[in-house]
Amino acid sequence: MAGSSLLTIDGLSKTAIVEILDHAETFAEVNTRAVRKVPTLKGKVVASLFFEESTRTRLSFETAAKRLSADVLSLAVASSSVKKGESLRDTIATIDALGIDAVVMRHASSGAAVQVSRFVPHVRVVNAGDGQHQHPTQGLLDAFTVRRVLAERHATTGRESGAELFSGLRVLIVGDVRHSRVARSDAQCYAALGATVRVCAPGTLLPDDLSGWPVEVSHDFEGSLAWADVVGLLRLQRERGTGAFVPTLREFTATHGLTWERATALSPTTLIMHPGPMNRGVEIDSRVTSLPNVLIERQVASGVPVRMSVLYLALAGTREDATDE
Amino acid sequence: MSEVLIIRGGEVITPTGPRRADVVIVDGLITEVGVSLERPVGAFEIDAGGAWVGPGFVDLHTHLREPGREEAETIETGAAAAALGGYCAVVAMPNTEPTVDSVAVATYVIERGRRALVDVVPSGAITIGREGHQLAPMAEMAAIGVRIFTDDGTGVQDAAVMRRALTYARPLGVRLAQHCEDESLAASGSMNESALSSRLGLTGRPALAEELMVMRDIELVRHTGGSLHFLHLSTARSLAFVAAARNEGLDVTCEVAPHHFSLDEELCASFDPIFKVHPPLRGHSDVAALRAALSSNAIDAVATDHAPHAEQLKDLPFDEAPPGMLGLEHAASLTHEALGVDQPVHLFRLLSRGPAAVAQMRRRDEPRLSGAHGGAVEPGEDANLVVFDPTTSWRVDPQALASRSTNTPYAGRQMIGRVRATIVAGRLVASEGSLR
Repeated sequence: MAGSSLLTIDGLSKTAIVEILDHAETFAEVNTRAVRKVPTLKGKVVASLFFEESTRTRLSFETAAKRLSADVLSLAVASSSVKKGESLRDTIATIDALGIDAVVMRHASSGAAVQVSRFVPHVRVVNAGDGQHQHPTQGLLDAFTVRRVLAERHATTGRESGAELFSGLRVLIVGDVRHSRVARSDAQCYAALGATVRVCAPGTLLPDDLSGWPVEVSHDFEGSLAWADVVGLLRLQRERGTGAFVPTLREFTATHGLTWERATALSPTTLIMHPGPMNRGVEIDSRVTSLPNVLIERQVASGVPVRMSVLYLALAGTREDATDE
Repeated sequence: MSEVLIIRGGEVITPTGPRRADVVIVDGLITEVGVSLERPVGAFEIDAGGAWVGPGFVDLHTHLREPGREEAETIETGAAAAALGGYCAVVAMPNTEPTVDSVAVATYVIERGRRALVDVVPSGAITIGREGHQLAPMAEMAAIGVRIFTDDGTGVQDAAVMRRALTYARPLGVRLAQHCEDESLAASGSMNESALSSRLGLTGRPALAEELMVMRDIELVRHTGGSLHFLHLSTARSLAFVAAARNEGLDVTCEVAPHHFSLDEELCASFDPIFKVHPPLRGHSDVAALRAALSSNAIDAVATDHAPHAEQLKDLPFDEAPPGMLGLEHAASLTHEALGVDQPVHLFRLLSRGPAAVAQMRRRDEPRLSGAHGGAVEPGEDANLVVFDPTTSWRVDPQALASRSTNTPYAGRQMIGRVRATIVAGRLVASEGSLR
């Protein structure tokens, strides 16, 4: 992806993903040093443009940019450009006029990052989540986290293992797949790396048509839990009116929640993940989060090096590679 | 001073086929049709060599935006776009601000329309404010000449209201027209519901939403004995339901829009709202079914659903952008292309004779809002004519369109077949892509 925007995982090759993960390993080392900063993007300007609030993702990206020595323009913008009376094109044009090299953007509308990349083709766009479409850095950091943990188990390193540890890996994605950009990015990322991906959800929380997705569908949650090497839980998106898609939250928890009983019945090697923020007591029992095979904090920690890698590749790419924009 | 035109060397397209003939027009009426006619003294000559001559096109579905959204289009600019597209008459949709739900607003459109290049006939709303509850004063609007009533933009959702509207309209001699999409299934969606919408994370507007309302309304027509026109049908199943209802003798008619048989949902993968429209662009199989049906008699009309939007509205995120795209200036070329470029009888049936019949414009009824359209090219008929060149190609340039808006999904596309001349009430209003 050197020299280009990161809008979606869709279409990224295994090689491209491994390249991002490998650079992230380098930046993870930087984060363990006394001075956690490298001059890589000195003089570059990264705007963080969050049309939809997300303190954790914004902090993660801004930390990543600062550790690369980029200047960060952090802009708070109204959640709806319609309410604000300004079009997406005007907003981005205004920020572009300040002189920026990259924009990290989060928006409640699917495709907003794709549109912005068309409005300002000379600016690298990193999608930090667009509606129900994609959250590519979440997909990448989830894969990065899994690769590191599995590498530790196999007494190797993530970089040495390439994509090998994903071959035949069984990944289960559970819950509100329908409304989840994380599910879309995760499924495509794991599948591109060679894993077998299965989704499990009440019928109403599955997308309308899954043909073409690199996933299998199961309605047997218990059986799928036993099958999986990795269980990726999803936030039940109550703010998207998910209430109408399941009769009650209690019923969702009963049929598809990772309860204490289900979590403790898993093999201790089964990895449990959640992109946050969690609905404790809905998709995951609060007590489950403290089990040793739960990677939630490691996912958060992976966010910074993976985003450093993405920003580095977007902005410091070679001249030849940059022509594909 | 009399105005005299002669259209020379073209093929006049009759309902049964083409015949070589010249046409002489004097003071708004066709006076002579025949081979190698002499040029009358002072006549302006239009060269129709290699071209088709037929009744001018009639659009059943034009959003002129006036009153209320004049920054997107006005009756004047929309009529100019219509003239360039070969249209001699358009039916203006009532979803203006205010809604055309009273004699006062309908009269405003009629009065503004009198100064336009083509005949502009308003349609009225079925319900007050198009809100779907209280019937609009259809009898009063019918009395001044309104012949089509629709809440287009949305359909009448409530079955009881629609039943009442069909029953009320029946003795008025008017036709209701429905935008078929069940909002309980479609309301939050912004593209066709499909594998693609699922991948893109865009909420879908399922074909089911359209088809359920088509089915419902067919049963309501059966029950009430009413007359109903189905606007912009976009799926194979919708067409099949309507065809079956016609075979049973129900008074139902239907139209399709050029974008539904020329463009498919894959374009939405760009997230460019220029491709957002309701009903949405469908998948390959529906597009192919619509194209195939054009040369059957299942479809009464091609109607543009010309929907101008100010530029900034199409710079919004896909789900927030308003639906709709321009249509008037490319509809004839797209229909011609979809028909395989050699079907003049179907072309004039779909663009002129069919829609004129649906809109009751074939005769000069009183009260008279327009001339007669879609009739025969014969002496004594109103001279509303188009000369269409079936072989010339042209490229769409959004900036060169007469519409005040530029939201065409066909920018840069090569079109086959071009309007050479549009004659409204005996006056040459457009020729060779320019207004006169």
